[in-house]
Amino acid sequence: MIVIQTLVFYALASVAVGSALLVVTMRNIARALFLFFVVLFAVAGLYLFALADFVAITQILIYVGGILILMLFAFMLSNREMLQELQKGTAQFFALPAWSAALTAVAFLGVLAYAGLQVTAHEPDWITEANNRNAVIEPADNTVQQLGLHTMTHYLLPFEVVSVLLMMALIGAAHLARKEDRL
Amino acid sequence: MITLAHFLVVGACLFAAGLYAVLARRNAILVLVGIELMINASILNLVAFGRYDKTFYGGQAFALFAIVLAAAAVAVALAIILNVYKHYKTVNPEDIRNLKD
Repeated sequence: MIVIQTLVFYALASVAVGSALLVVTMRNIARALFLFFVVLFAVAGLYLFALADFVAITQILIYVGGILILMLFAFMLSNREMLQELQKGTAQFFALPAWSAALTAVAFLGVLAYAGLQVTAHEPDWITEANNRNAVIEPADNTVQQLGLHTMTHYLLPFEVVSVLLMMALIGAAHLARKEDRL
Repeated sequence: MITLAHFLVVGACLFAAGLYAVLARRNAILVLVGIELMINASILNLVAFGRYDKTFYGGQAFALFAIVLAAAAVAVALAIILNVYKHYKTVNPEDIRNLKD
């Protein structure tokens, strides 16, 4: 059982990381955006492994249903760039025109992966304490009910602040997108 | 068993890929995709650590807030990108040099 779990985790992780690398290196923007779908689905699967089922569903609803559709719209409304990119040809796939950016990204990856691998050796105190008290979220727990309760009680202030911020973003986006001559 | 380190390493890979996209891509929409990748990596970390917070579910609650913030940021950023495209006829960040006309 644990073997299957680990295999599925590694499959999802490799799909997520591999298609993320393809997304950031691909020349064709339309294909990159559609590959971004795959990344988001795979990351939603990874959330399930961290026992965050509601977060995974929200990820699929908001990212795939909303953000990606918006990005596809913006891409289609500004697609003169795509034709230029395509006409340049695909000769230099591994030529890495931005080697300094690649170097920075690899350096970041090194630091972050090192820190991630060290977390088992130097476990934070609160995690050790939670393990000792057996206060770890289990697969049988009803996370959706608990999340709803905590959003309405302990996290009420952040919830309200987020609602105000969404209102501001709505008004701001509508203001930015309006026609200039119809003031 | 899937440990915390697994999630952190996957998150680090996603973050590095997003950082490369932000620094290297010459299309504003793909820069935005890179930012989304970085946000996803941080949400993965939030969720992975949130497993150990059973009393308040802090990781999962703030993962939800982060998703909402990302959605709001994308809406505003795409409106800005479309306005920039209307004005400059390009979405290459290197060609956009003037703040005013």
